[in-house]
Amino acid sequence: MSLTSNQFLYCLLYILILQIDEEVAKLLQLKAQLGGDDGKHTFVLKTAKGTRDYNPKQMAIREKVFNTIISCFKRHGAETIDTPVFELKETLTGKYGEDSKLIYDLKDQGGELLSLRYDLTVPFARYLAMNKITNIKRYHIAKVYRRDNPAMTRGRYREFYQCDFDIAGQYDPMIPDAECLKIVYEILSELDLGDFHIKVNDRRILDGMFAVCGVPDDKFRTICSTVDKLDKMPWEEVKNEMVKEKGLSEEAADQIGEYVSMQGGMDLAERLLQDPKLSQSKQACAGLTDMKQLFSYLQLFQVTDKLSAEKVRTTETQVLVASAQKNLLEERLKLTAELWNAGIKAEVLYKKNPKLLTQLQHCEETGIPLVAILGEQELKDGVVKLRNVATRDEVDVSRAELVEEIKKRTSES
Amino acid sequence: MASLGLACVRLCAGLTGRHAVPCLRSLRYLSGMTVSQIDEEVAKLLQLKAQLGGDDGKHTFVLKTAKGTRDYNPKQMAIREKVFNTIISCFKRHGAETIDTPVFELKETLTGKYGEDSKLIYDLKDQGGELLSLRYDLTVPFARYLAMNKITNIKRYHIAKVYRRDNPAMTRGRYREFYQCDFDIAGQYDPMIPDAECLKIVYEILSELDLGDFHIKVNDRRILDGMFAVCGVPDDKFRTICSTVDKLDKMPWEEVKNEMVKEKGLSEEAADQIGEYVSMQGGMDLAERLLQDPKLSQSKQACAGLTDMKQLFSYLQLFQVTDKVVFDLSLARGLDYYTGVIYEAVLCQTLQPPTPAPAEQNGAVSGDEAGVSVGSVAGGGRYDGLVGMFDPKGRKVPCVGVSIGIERIFSIMEQKAELSAEKVRTTETQVLVASAQKNLLEERLKLTAELWNAGIKAEVLYKKNPKLLTQLQHCEETGIPLVAILGEQELKDGVVKLRNVATRDEVDVSRAELVEEIKKRTSES
Repeated sequence: MSLTSNQFLYCLLYILILQIDEEVAKLLQLKAQLGGDDGKHTFVLKTAKGTRDYNPKQMAIREKVFNTIISCFKRHGAETIDTPVFELKETLTGKYGEDSKLIYDLKDQGGELLSLRYDLTVPFARYLAMNKITNIKRYHIAKVYRRDNPAMTRGRYREFYQCDFDIAGQYDPMIPDAECLKIVYEILSELDLGDFHIKVNDRRILDGMFAVCGVPDDKFRTICSTVDKLDKMPWEEVKNEMVKEKGLSEEAADQIGEYVSMQGGMDLAERLLQDPKLSQSKQACAGLTDMKQLFSYLQLFQVTDKLSAEKVRTTETQVLVASAQKNLLEERLKLTAELWNAGIKAEVLYKKNPKLLTQLQHCEETGIPLVAILGEQELKDGVVKLRNVATRDEVDVSRAELVEEIKKRTSES
Repeated sequence: MASLGLACVRLCAGLTGRHAVPCLRSLRYLSGMTVSQIDEEVAKLLQLKAQLGGDDGKHTFVLKTAKGTRDYNPKQMAIREKVFNTIISCFKRHGAETIDTPVFELKETLTGKYGEDSKLIYDLKDQGGELLSLRYDLTVPFARYLAMNKITNIKRYHIAKVYRRDNPAMTRGRYREFYQCDFDIAGQYDPMIPDAECLKIVYEILSELDLGDFHIKVNDRRILDGMFAVCGVPDDKFRTICSTVDKLDKMPWEEVKNEMVKEKGLSEEAADQIGEYVSMQGGMDLAERLLQDPKLSQSKQACAGLTDMKQLFSYLQLFQVTDKVVFDLSLARGLDYYTGVIYEAVLCQTLQPPTPAPAEQNGAVSGDEAGVSVGSVAGGGRYDGLVGMFDPKGRKVPCVGVSIGIERIFSIMEQKAELSAEKVRTTETQVLVASAQKNLLEERLKLTAELWNAGIKAEVLYKKNPKLLTQLQHCEETGIPLVAILGEQELKDGVVKLRNVATRDEVDVSRAELVEEIKKRTSES
């Protein structure tokens, strides 16, 4: 067997590159070992570039957002799955085009070659194929990894959450598509982010439009990515890029310009089906017919807005068990255990003899609404002073009725 | 000479991008390889090239997850969600906050923290930036977080996946990617109260998860070290003897003694003395007895540990958990960073033989019981020195915590679900909107949207004219309890037929009252 010169050169290139890589890796490893396992403790107080910790406040906000989103998915009958954080490198290879260079690889430590997942869609496709699944409605919320240059202040990181919802399977057209839009609408309304709108279009309408405007087939994708920039650049600049950089005729660009300025609802789809030029494209007609169908379903799926606003707490504790006097730690611990056993969220300070003021301050700082205060006299009388932290109203409650009273008060809020 | 030639060819290749001359064959001759050897190397390199970046448009779907990892299907996710909800609501009941950290850390952060286990860390490839490694546990990231944010007091839980490159025995539930569920209290407090709360939390969680009987063994690093000292173990052998003693839950005493004497060079006398102590178990009474023990009481360390152990038990009594906690001198946890109390929770099932039978390795059912293997389901202790390792001034933040063995719990729950007649639902849908007649898709979609808007969990089939039987089958397969059936007559009358899928009872409900009726019926279940 003889080699082509191409193959041979690739061999040499790779041999040399690999040798270099290997040597560099060895040296870096050695450096790491020397720097670390000598008993000296290095003080690295950073997270990796492009990543960050979530503190308790951020986690509380995150939990609320996830709860809203997940309950919407569940309301629509979706299941959820989870996949590993890394895939076999082969699984991800060839799926992301130019973005492949942004994939995090794991070091070759003698086993399979692995990479961190770049999105949740390719793992989803692998999962469907692996399990021979033909129909599923699933959501998946998990972190993904991309080695691009994060502009941290602009909210782009190398490790970040994706929240995907997908319907897989053969169904009567446009119904699942309409449900996806209904879900987006519900989520954005419930999250109370302010006004929003959802733009819809169709790949077949776009391609049909390009065809009837005289764009050559092989330029469809590249013209498409230029049109995509209309949300960031004015038409003049977009036209300029199409004509000067991508070699489109000015006439074709102008015709595209007329179409892309159009917005509307079902009425626009109907009008375009009558358009003498566009109706010549079978593709565009199929897309427009489906667009009409989609809008008819969207009309049936009307939506309502909701409002909500709350203080952000990082814990859910309902009552602090406190005492004003000394030597009551045992009693405090006993009462706290009673409350825990009754399913009440309670805390107690880890101090034998804390000052009452300290205990009240803890409630105020962390938002605990009630404090159950024990004292010598109260213990003799078999009662507990239950105080509302915000109003400072205080009332004696019998020990037997305390759980009931706390549950009553915390369910009202 | 040959390598210079090769380098030249590389340059040419780089410049021209493609073509080279078969004079290269003569270069190869110089380097001593035969043509067939070259072919072999070429094939390997091409394989590697394909792996490194085969953007040749070919789409291969490799239908495997990485070794030691697995997907979670919807059933497993439903079980997982229930377990997490139980655990998290316990943490919240005790006033804990939660944090999250990145899946990888700077390699330096993890270096030097795990002793021999360091070789199990997954490294990321050096792609020209910082050297990174996947986190091995949640404790070191926690210590980094505390030091980085100069936090001196926090009660936090953290549930996330960690990564270890060991050899997974998949059927026994050990993976390379697995969940850890940690709860830790950091800060300077009056002694043993937070330690007691950790144990109370373990007790609550294991009780609520309904895993059967369990007990929690406690011991103290200082008592262990004091015991070794008075038994004549040389200081420099403490840690290694400790890790041998740790094997007592898997090996009988004879084998453990053998390892101490034959492999680790301990005197037989010392080993025997250790043997006497490690067979002791008890409660507060044992701690009191040992404080009177003539030998052990000579160790200041042991006395400090024993005094704290008494204090711990007194708090555990107030927290009503002493029925399942036992002071066990044979408990010796593996990790180096524990400085005080240590504990481990174990499920009590049928006694496990030292070498598990093959059936048990496969998790098979034996008799009436689920094939649950004995093993720890939670473990932890006090570690006062770890955070100081991350602080430039060496400021100490004392910590005590526990890690729940959640993967083991998942396995057990999955097996239970398998065996029970009860079906695990993967969705929470309450009602399917259906129709018996044709051309009612619009009405079905309208009603479904009304139900969604009222917060009811509803589904509708993506079919214009589905058969009623198909719709009912969907309910049965997925466990949807109610079906709301529309028909021409019902629409005229302003009603909907609400059917209970299980009993087949059907009743007409007015459209206006439908939401109310569904909510009533689904809250009763």
